[in-house]
Amino acid sequence: MKEFGYERPAHPTDALAMIAGVAGARFLGGGTNLVDLMKLGVETPAVLIDVTALPYDFVTDDADGGLRVGSGTRNSDLAAHLAVRRRYPALAQAVLAGASGQLRNMATVGGNLLQRTRCPYFQDVTKPCNKRVPDSGCPARDGEHHNLAILGGSDLCIATNPSDMAVALAAFDAVVFVEEPAGPRAVPIADFYRLPADEPQRETTLEPGALITAVALPALPWAANSRYRKARERASYSFAIGSVAVALDVADGMVRDVRIALGAVAPIPWRAYRAEQSLRGQPATEVAFREAADAELEWAQPLRDNRYKVPLVRNLMVRTLIELVQAS
Amino acid sequence: MSGTVGAPVSRIEGLSKVTGEARYAADFPLAGLAHGWIVQSTIARGRVESVDAGAALQMPGVLAVVTATNAMRLQDVDDGELLVLQDQQVHYRGQTVALVVGDTLEQARAAADGLPVEYQAEPHDVLLSASHPRLFAPDHVNPNLPTDTLTGDVEAGLAGAAVTVDHTYSTPAEHNNPMEPHATTAFWDGDRLTVYDSNQGATRVHQALVRLFGLEDSAVRVVSEHVGGGFGSKGGARSQAVLAAMAARMLGRPIRVVLSRKQLFSLVGYRTPTIQRVRLGSDRGGRLVALDHQVVEQTSTVYEFAEQTAVFSRVMYATPNLSTSHRLVALDVPTPRWMRAPGEAPGSFAVESAMDELAEACGVDPIELRIRNEPVTEPEGGRPFSSRNLIACLREGASRFRWAERDPRPGTRRDGQWLMGTGVAASTYPARSAPSTASVSAQEDGSFIVRLTAADIGTGARTALTQVAADELQVPMDKVEVRIGDSDFGPAMIAGGSMGMASWGWVVVKACRQLIADIDRCGGVPDDGLVARADTADDIAAQADLVRHSFGAQFAEVRVDVDTGEIRVPRLLGVFAAGRIVNAKTARSQLIGGMTMGLSMALFEESLMDAEFGDYLNHDFAGYHIAANADVQRIDATWIDEEDDQLNPLGVKGIGEIGIVGTAAAIANAVYHATGQRQRHLPIRPDRVLSP
Repeated sequence: MKEFGYERPAHPTDALAMIAGVAGARFLGGGTNLVDLMKLGVETPAVLIDVTALPYDFVTDDADGGLRVGSGTRNSDLAAHLAVRRRYPALAQAVLAGASGQLRNMATVGGNLLQRTRCPYFQDVTKPCNKRVPDSGCPARDGEHHNLAILGGSDLCIATNPSDMAVALAAFDAVVFVEEPAGPRAVPIADFYRLPADEPQRETTLEPGALITAVALPALPWAANSRYRKARERASYSFAIGSVAVALDVADGMVRDVRIALGAVAPIPWRAYRAEQSLRGQPATEVAFREAADAELEWAQPLRDNRYKVPLVRNLMVRTLIELVQAS
Repeated sequence: MSGTVGAPVSRIEGLSKVTGEARYAADFPLAGLAHGWIVQSTIARGRVESVDAGAALQMPGVLAVVTATNAMRLQDVDDGELLVLQDQQVHYRGQTVALVVGDTLEQARAAADGLPVEYQAEPHDVLLSASHPRLFAPDHVNPNLPTDTLTGDVEAGLAGAAVTVDHTYSTPAEHNNPMEPHATTAFWDGDRLTVYDSNQGATRVHQALVRLFGLEDSAVRVVSEHVGGGFGSKGGARSQAVLAAMAARMLGRPIRVVLSRKQLFSLVGYRTPTIQRVRLGSDRGGRLVALDHQVVEQTSTVYEFAEQTAVFSRVMYATPNLSTSHRLVALDVPTPRWMRAPGEAPGSFAVESAMDELAEACGVDPIELRIRNEPVTEPEGGRPFSSRNLIACLREGASRFRWAERDPRPGTRRDGQWLMGTGVAASTYPARSAPSTASVSAQEDGSFIVRLTAADIGTGARTALTQVAADELQVPMDKVEVRIGDSDFGPAMIAGGSMGMASWGWVVVKACRQLIADIDRCGGVPDDGLVARADTADDIAAQADLVRHSFGAQFAEVRVDVDTGEIRVPRLLGVFAAGRIVNAKTARSQLIGGMTMGLSMALFEESLMDAEFGDYLNHDFAGYHIAANADVQRIDATWIDEEDDQLNPLGVKGIGEIGIVGTAAAIANAVYHATGQRQRHLPIRPDRVLSP
């Protein structure tokens, strides 16, 4: 590991000044991903600016009936928060499905949003990776990709976003608040992540030096009828091989509204707009759910060893929708 | 007799371990200690053209960059993995190409990370296949067993069989991954070398260092007081011990070399992947008329290791026609070695799966099928068994598991999204002893000190040996101190092959009995104490020619998620016949630990070979999945009382390995029972269940 400096500012203005003033400075949240990447040599920051002393450890009600979560809130605290569990249960379930108890105690909301892919080539500096070193190549397409993307990838990159939390946030149309050199900005989560296209090294739309301050969950009363389902290779401490966050508003057997987001299938938390579109106004039946899932997955481009993700996430979508009908 | 043998005694060093007082190989503070960090090749085959140490040597704290051009010359030994930095050849990706030594670990590592190494790469060959053109029959298989065996005429037997099963099963490369990585702290005092080393037997490490450095036996001391697991990967000396000793000699300072988790995936061994074709032929009632077990597996180009995967078939079932074979290919890969129950662990997966397929084909209950094929003598060779209680284990397990209530039809039990099933498999492992030496001294105060070069790798061996000595000496356990893990105590067997207690226990009993006789002869303990020494070499050589094996029965219940292919194991039960059990508490831990490793083998563990780059690419605990606590639900291990006077004075068979043997097959058979789909390739990942 390269030597690095360490700062722990108490005020946001200091944090922003520090990151603007030092080349190669990085913000540090819980360190559960960045420190690992430093050990691997993937990240070599000159200075770490620890943001956990900033006043961003909170969960409060917004005036519009939504919820606002500070970026420094620990994942464990977010998952345990009563308002989150009651009003956005899929978010609490998603956070609890991730990592381990020890990691969740450390990991922050802001850090979770920015965690990097677990693609084995990205994590090994002795191998090419277009995300880590632009134009160096992508060995995953012909190599090990059984947990890489079937949706939204490009010729240059098929990495998957590993976050569970972000899948639920995508379903709830969360808004990410950031401080950037040009000033504060509110970024809808749909605009927060970038697909790799021809620049897989750019994963978000954030400006360099941006500081995430909070995440807003807009009011969505029927989000109380939501679930997160995660499939994984072992029962705990394992990244998803497929996951869904679903919220369902059903009345008189008809789907009034629905939110579906998929995890572990794309370089970003994948909002299943086509499936949602296909379902609105339709009867809440298994047949309709299957059609909706197929409407989304007909766009999948699986590779040799990740074809299973198509039936996997189809089944997860259908089952979770059925469970939510039964729960309403 | 104080009668502690058999009792559930808590491990003696438990408190010192949980308080951090116990010292492992990397814990010994030494004045002037420097740290070595290994630089590994980034090609799988070729030559190191150059290593440019210039910039590294200018970095703060960096003391040396040891490469093949400046390394100390070693004497030849028969294990190429130990001949580190002796030439420029690269035999596999991840091979040691340099050792950077620094005042601190961080300084050494920082310099190692940026060390420029130029290679001349050659095309590599890293993929095992059953049709590989360079397959060959090794001279023998581990440890020194025949490569092939043939009794009768298997082809004729199969041709005349009413029912046949012919399938290919495979198991992936698996890495041992003990919690404590391999580590050595080495220093020289004049011409005497001392190493604190993490291993399963200081005797072997001592022998290796004596040879490599051309020293007298008395000039090397290996100390391994506490060891944090090995699972076979610490069975012999590993290269970090050689590097530490070499660098300490070159620099005249104590040197410590500790491997990272990632480095364990290329430098210390792993279980070879296996491809196993099993052909069974039987009559309509399931009585075997032929069994053929053909194994294909890999070794490296540095050292030939041939896992004895088919030996399971040589002892299990009665059949007039029996053949087993092993074929190997030397690939540009790290050297495979022992991993828990080498041979029997992967071999039992194939054969016990095939037996389940035969039971299905014959319409015979899987337990009844095994009972019908119980041999009177060893199927291959015809020697008598010293004792064999497989049927007793199957019956005891069937009763505890409520097997009689089982509906044999596959794919018919469902609870919500879960398909449910149960499965059974048989286990066996050899029960051997190896020559060892020990001494026991009577102290003036009425206490005793036992000294032998045993290893406690977390098994409870120190505690069990204390029980054995206390009973022999007829004193309470607190009057006996057992000192282990020091090569100065004389040669002894390693903690491996389930031979620890059967070897160390024997020599401790012998030494204690000698001491009692000496005390009687002297009329008491003289003022300056009394020491008795023992060596079991002659006793073991004089043993009758019998087949000595432990046996067991494994039962599994699984639930398979029809939507995701996820598998959960709500219940595992193992019943074993392993001779006398010395410590009921640590023995149970050994057995359920082995079964947990078997569960992990069945569902999770898989080292993925990267064809393009030639390394095992999921080299961390996020990528290489080992069962977590949440994966282990109801698990129980028990044993039947078994007396066998043809083993050793203690009557123990060893329990280190048998827990893992058969577990994966029991789970795979339960998955078949749940889903109706046979899983012949491990691990049974969700994607393989969803896309068979």
